[in-house]
Amino acid sequence: MKPTDISNPDYFHKVVDCQWACPAHTPVPEYIRLIAQGKYDDAYMINWESNVFPGVLGRTCDRPCEPACRRGRVEDGQTKEPVAICRLKRVAADFKSDIKARLPKVPKQKNGRKVACIGAGPASLAVARDLLPLGYSVVVYEADPFAGGMIRTQIPKFRLPEAVIDEEVDYILDLGVELRAGKRIESLKAVLAEGFDAVFVGTGAPRGRELDVPGRKEAAKNIHIGIDWLSSVSFGHVTKIGKRVIVLGGGNTAMDCCRSAKRLGGEDVKVIVRSGFEEMKASPWEKEDAQHEGIPILNYLVPKAFIHTNGKLTGMTFDKVKAVYDDKGRRNLVPTGEPEQQFECDDVLVAVGQENSFPWIERDIGLEFDKWDMPKVDTSTMQSTIPNVFLGGDAAFGPKNIIWAVAHGHDAAVSIDKFLSGEDIKVRPQPGVSVFSQKMGIHEWSYDNDVALDKRFKVPLKEAAVALKNIKVEVELGFDVATAFKEAQRCLNCDVQTVFSDNLCIECDACVDICPMDCITFTEPGEEKALRQRLVAPAVNLVQDLYVSGALRTQRVMVKDEDVCLHCGLCAERCPTGAWDMRKYLIDMTHAGPKCRPEQPQRKAA
Amino acid sequence: MTYITKPKLHHPSLVKNQVGYTRRDYEGAISTLCAGCGHDSITAAIVSACFELDIEPHKVAKLSGIGCSSKTPTYFLGNSHGFNTVHGRMPSVLTGANLANRELIYMGVSGDGDSASIGIGQFAHSMRRGVNMVYIVENNGVYGLTKGQFSATADKGSKSKRGAVNTDDCIDLVMMALQLGATFVARSFSGDKAQLVPIIKAAILHRGAAFLDVISPCVAFNNHEGSTKSYDFVRDHNDAVNRIDFIEPRAEITTDYAAGSLQEVRQHDGKVLRLRKLSEDYDPTDRIGAMNYLLQRQAAGEVVTGVLYLDQDSQDLHGSLNTVGKSFNRLTEAELIPGSAALEKINATLR
Repeated sequence: MKPTDISNPDYFHKVVDCQWACPAHTPVPEYIRLIAQGKYDDAYMINWESNVFPGVLGRTCDRPCEPACRRGRVEDGQTKEPVAICRLKRVAADFKSDIKARLPKVPKQKNGRKVACIGAGPASLAVARDLLPLGYSVVVYEADPFAGGMIRTQIPKFRLPEAVIDEEVDYILDLGVELRAGKRIESLKAVLAEGFDAVFVGTGAPRGRELDVPGRKEAAKNIHIGIDWLSSVSFGHVTKIGKRVIVLGGGNTAMDCCRSAKRLGGEDVKVIVRSGFEEMKASPWEKEDAQHEGIPILNYLVPKAFIHTNGKLTGMTFDKVKAVYDDKGRRNLVPTGEPEQQFECDDVLVAVGQENSFPWIERDIGLEFDKWDMPKVDTSTMQSTIPNVFLGGDAAFGPKNIIWAVAHGHDAAVSIDKFLSGEDIKVRPQPGVSVFSQKMGIHEWSYDNDVALDKRFKVPLKEAAVALKNIKVEVELGFDVATAFKEAQRCLNCDVQTVFSDNLCIECDACVDICPMDCITFTEPGEEKALRQRLVAPAVNLVQDLYVSGALRTQRVMVKDEDVCLHCGLCAERCPTGAWDMRKYLIDMTHAGPKCRPEQPQRKAA
Repeated sequence: MTYITKPKLHHPSLVKNQVGYTRRDYEGAISTLCAGCGHDSITAAIVSACFELDIEPHKVAKLSGIGCSSKTPTYFLGNSHGFNTVHGRMPSVLTGANLANRELIYMGVSGDGDSASIGIGQFAHSMRRGVNMVYIVENNGVYGLTKGQFSATADKGSKSKRGAVNTDDCIDLVMMALQLGATFVARSFSGDKAQLVPIIKAAILHRGAAFLDVISPCVAFNNHEGSTKSYDFVRDHNDAVNRIDFIEPRAEITTDYAAGSLQEVRQHDGKVLRLRKLSEDYDPTDRIGAMNYLLQRQAAGEVVTGVLYLDQDSQDLHGSLNTVGKSFNRLTEAELIPGSAALEKINATLR
């Protein structure tokens, strides 16, 4: 293996598993440390700059960071659990003071460029947030009467109170968005004709998938499409539902549907899903929340028919299936041959998927669609086949989640800014990297290197009796300050990197001896595959890199397996020559603005 | 000095040995020695050796004198018996403990000051008596706790950190141990665990006085140019005569070796020590040959390491004193006071 090039910003970025996994690459350990210090405003602003909706995401994010969290690989015992990153984000939002003064200033003198964003969801709002402070004029179109998109229409209020949405949407609208709400855009051609310099399409995946089985038409009155029903609930158009409710589908929308139904008069609410419980698309914690509220989830049942009498829905029938895997490992659901099962019900909520729908984009204006009838979009620039039309969020690559929409928004804003400055948008900006040694004294570091052994703390919930009565009562109460501190202390500070200088090493083995995780080995150089097997502890997690030094005096090399490093700094504390140092690599994604332009010297890792 | 304790978390692949402990269970308190001290590596080697031998920690007694080296028993085998004795008196206290309870494994940890200066008499007598123990000298050639004066093992002509030249001749504890009748003599280097761990294991399994001289660089005061106990000097002048490959009863030879490159030494309990020869003519069962070789190589400025001498028919103090098989501390009143009839019988043999 060649010596590791730590000047490549990606190398240490990857070691910060949470940040690397986050689509928006929020510097997680940095804000968690600030929360531990009680600096909630600073923690909030780091989030706001990176993911735009800290309060919203702190309650609803799909949190790809948590499965990636190193803590989940190194804890002792049966349960290895990640840091509650998402809920700590909410702590920053809950305990911050008024941060309005810290929001970016928008120049009075506009730059003369006009950008339209279609759909006022998270992707469009992120684009507007990034472009307004640069002097762009941004017009946002929205079919609903309010901005927020799916954040407002599809997430039930017991998970995300309206006040949180209003606050964070308003931070952006108040930067000077020209919001044209309450009127659906029916033609992209017409928007383009208005003479915008660039158009961003962030219209989401607004169509719920149908379930075409016998009885669907006849019993239509009591069969509802999940996302439409949630939207009606959200706007107060629907306030009750039958006593017996079946929710079809295994995604997060199904979980929101069943829990909402339970609050609107559903007494016997159940979720019925085709797949096995384990393969359900819903996040594990959302399934847990539903089950916690007494909602059973029945699996391996394929809908067969809606049963109805005189146009009134009375129940549903299902076929029992089992999962059979073929030679290629593909799963097939095969009938077990058992008799069909019937469940009585008054209402059915269909949450079996979402689709994109672009009836309003003319097919003869140069915007090409692929064979799945999705617009052709460049995955890094977000550009369509019309050079000044960009897409993002669910509209670009199908249903994902809020944090992906935000990340797309940032990327599109960079593209728009570069495009309107006459630059090649394919050249993407490098992240900014700042490096600080954490050494304060002989055994003193400017981060808390002692590893807390606490297990993950649970977020307290409102008692079920109260929570289930009112759809607007938030279920999760959030961490209090004391618990938030303890949870924050579980963070391993993975951004404080173990940096090795081979020219200083005297090969005394002190780091090898002290390392609690057996991460460090001094050995003869070799190919990665063989090297992984002959380390002090085998490096079996292939997605985690080996950090390899140049040749040392004995012609051996230092090899560190990044996988399970606790970033406790003991290697550096026991190093007599300072060959190991603990350095914080703060990696900061470059957003739209002067820093993303090539005239500026490219920012590089030190 | 380190201020946080070593986190309890460990690598997911950490295994347990046959007595149910992980390697981490053999650790002690965190070291308060200087960062990079060779002694900490020896500590880690002792931890590995005891783990690999499936030793139950409560069956080990670790004794030491005074000095940097003598602090180290605190840093390994936290669940063993320990005694920090008076400066240089570890061998005597250990001899007493060994006589009282022969069932424990005795590990004496000392330094060059503790053993080659103030305690040299104690060292000599424990060797010649054949006390069943592992005697480890963590040898750095300086008095580290008093800021780096030459110790008695510093080579003549070597330089101190401030440039002073040592004019005294040095004491070679390995040579003394050979002369005094130690039945297992080895030298190793703290920076070479691949050699050191098997040697410690072999020493623990040896019956009788096993002496280990481990060169252990003092990073603070004796790791500079002109020192003969620095990491660089020892690496450049290391003349390793052999490597231990296996310590197993009836182990199969599974690797191909050049003819004559392997030497098997059978020990009293049937265990076979298989040595891979690095120096062709070296025979570790030949005491006089070993001493000759050491003198020659030492004159050439080399540091000879490896298993230097091994007596296959070793005896220990209990054997030569012909003590009872039961530990003294387990003897009851009935056995200790056998009555006047028994006394008469003994007296009769002396008339």
